[in-house]
Amino acid sequence: MNTLLSVTDAHVAYGKVEAVRSVSLEVGADQIVTIVGANGAGKTTLLSAIMGILPLKGRVAFAGQDLARLDIEDRVAMGLGLVPEHRELFVTMNVEDNLELGAFRIERSRAKASMEKIYALFPRLKERRKQLAGTLSGGEQQMLAMGRALMGKPKLLMLDEPSLGLAPIIVADIFRIVTELRASGVSVLLVEQNAQAALKIADQAYVMELGEFVLSGKASEIAANERVAASYLGFQHEGASVI
Amino acid sequence: MNTTIMLFLVQDGITNGAIYALLGLALVLVFAVTRVILIPQGEFVTYGALTYASLAAGQMPGTAKLALALGIGAFAFDLFVARKSLHGRLILRSVLTNVVLPGIVLALTIYFAAQKPPVAICIALSLVIVAMIGLYLYRVAFQPLAHTSVLVLLIASVGVHLALQGLGLLFFGAEGQRGPAVLSGAFTAGALRFTGQSITVYAITIAFIVGLWLFFGLTLYGKALRATAVNRLGARLAGIRTTLSGQIAFLLASVIGALSGIMIVPITTLYYDSGFLIGLKGFVAAIIGGLVSYPLTAIAALFVGIVEAFSSFYASNYKEVIVFMLLIPVLLLRSLAAPAVEEEKD
Repeated sequence: MNTLLSVTDAHVAYGKVEAVRSVSLEVGADQIVTIVGANGAGKTTLLSAIMGILPLKGRVAFAGQDLARLDIEDRVAMGLGLVPEHRELFVTMNVEDNLELGAFRIERSRAKASMEKIYALFPRLKERRKQLAGTLSGGEQQMLAMGRALMGKPKLLMLDEPSLGLAPIIVADIFRIVTELRASGVSVLLVEQNAQAALKIADQAYVMELGEFVLSGKASEIAANERVAASYLGFQHEGASVI
Repeated sequence: MNTTIMLFLVQDGITNGAIYALLGLALVLVFAVTRVILIPQGEFVTYGALTYASLAAGQMPGTAKLALALGIGAFAFDLFVARKSLHGRLILRSVLTNVVLPGIVLALTIYFAAQKPPVAICIALSLVIVAMIGLYLYRVAFQPLAHTSVLVLLIASVGVHLALQGLGLLFFGAEGQRGPAVLSGAFTAGALRFTGQSITVYAITIAFIVGLWLFFGLTLYGKALRATAVNRLGARLAGIRTTLSGQIAFLLASVIGALSGIMIVPITTLYYDSGFLIGLKGFVAAIIGGLVSYPLTAIAALFVGIVEAFSSFYASNYKEVIVFMLLIPVLLLRSLAAPAVEEEKD
């Protein structure tokens, strides 16, 4: 397996409070890796630190290169993309402008072609391409945020809670698109509270609790783990220890 | 009051208002992109005007040397930031834009100043000199503070204003200067007399507003600037450097300031410290536009110009008082419309 992203012994702190402690993870090429865990476990903090938004102690390497001295913008240019929980769209600009800016670091000639690909992936966005991003529904905004990140031609896309607050039918759509991304050669690091759905499509999984990884392994094995099932999947196996 | 006087005052007000509109737009742009309230906008006006006037009079303006000094400072900052990973290409680019460019301009200025150059060359040199000062100022004074609060940026802004004003006294002396008209001649339409200079002011203002509108609406860099203003983190995640956006914003603001100065200095005598008051009137317009709305700022600027013209006719001692008093009802109304404004934390 080709390792695309490797995080070794990462610590992230807000002042004196360590929100992420001694975390290591790997994402290979053409893989969906998910981090599941309860609200406040430190998943969003970890993604932000990998992207360079928060300072991280430890080592982060992407495509074999140490990211320590690189700004957010340089990481984007290297092929690392993040769709943050709050989406951070340009709400007073239309859908097409949002997408066009996603390709800010890409040659203009290639950007045109990738916009067509994004429209093929999200036909709803094409219908609404002249509409202001702020006036879109929650699901459409999520699609736009993913589309904008994909316009930058990432090798690895990190998705933070893409299903949060969306109707089930749209959630299914978004998860289907995530699997399509893997097929087209984009790896995905997926952070989700909806553990059931995430584990179903992921190859590898990590379970995060209070800033640490407590379990890791193949997604199917994690899904079958009794402790995980009890805590995150809503099943109560007999004799399972509930934490 | 008869109609002729009224028309005169309106015409005068619109001419001044056009200048305030440009300055107000620059203030809104810089604030939206960098969160800096650009107090030194007025210094860009005086620097542009007095550099132009000095060159036209065959004198060597000190601003060209200041540009080189600031450029060297900017290069030092670049070098310091890149000390751990010295990329040959980045260093070369920094040397070219921050040291070689102002060096060449300084040499050209020395060469031309000695021989009373034609108006076009004076204008071009003044614009380039002030544009470079704006660009390097951002690098030296504001980029290192980019992550701090609006208040810290405002304090830095006041500091830069005071420093530039002091340097202005050093460069141009306490005497006022006037420059040659860009377009001489005049024509009359009915009771009104239009000078070539006032026509130039209208034309350049309109051209600039249309140009800015096209830049922000159609070009990738213009859109990137808007994106930075709307959502800083979103822009960074799209790969847009906030420092690049800041540089473009400061470049535009300094060019707009210098251009305004070059347009005013044939009409009014300008002193090293005149810019502050002119900039503040653009600021009144920008505040009326809520520091966000470009069209509202432009309209408010015309209004400010007309109010100024009428108050200087009726109560010339109080003309500044009346103009700045406009702010009080506007701020009251705005505070009623938006009860709580908290500073963004990022």
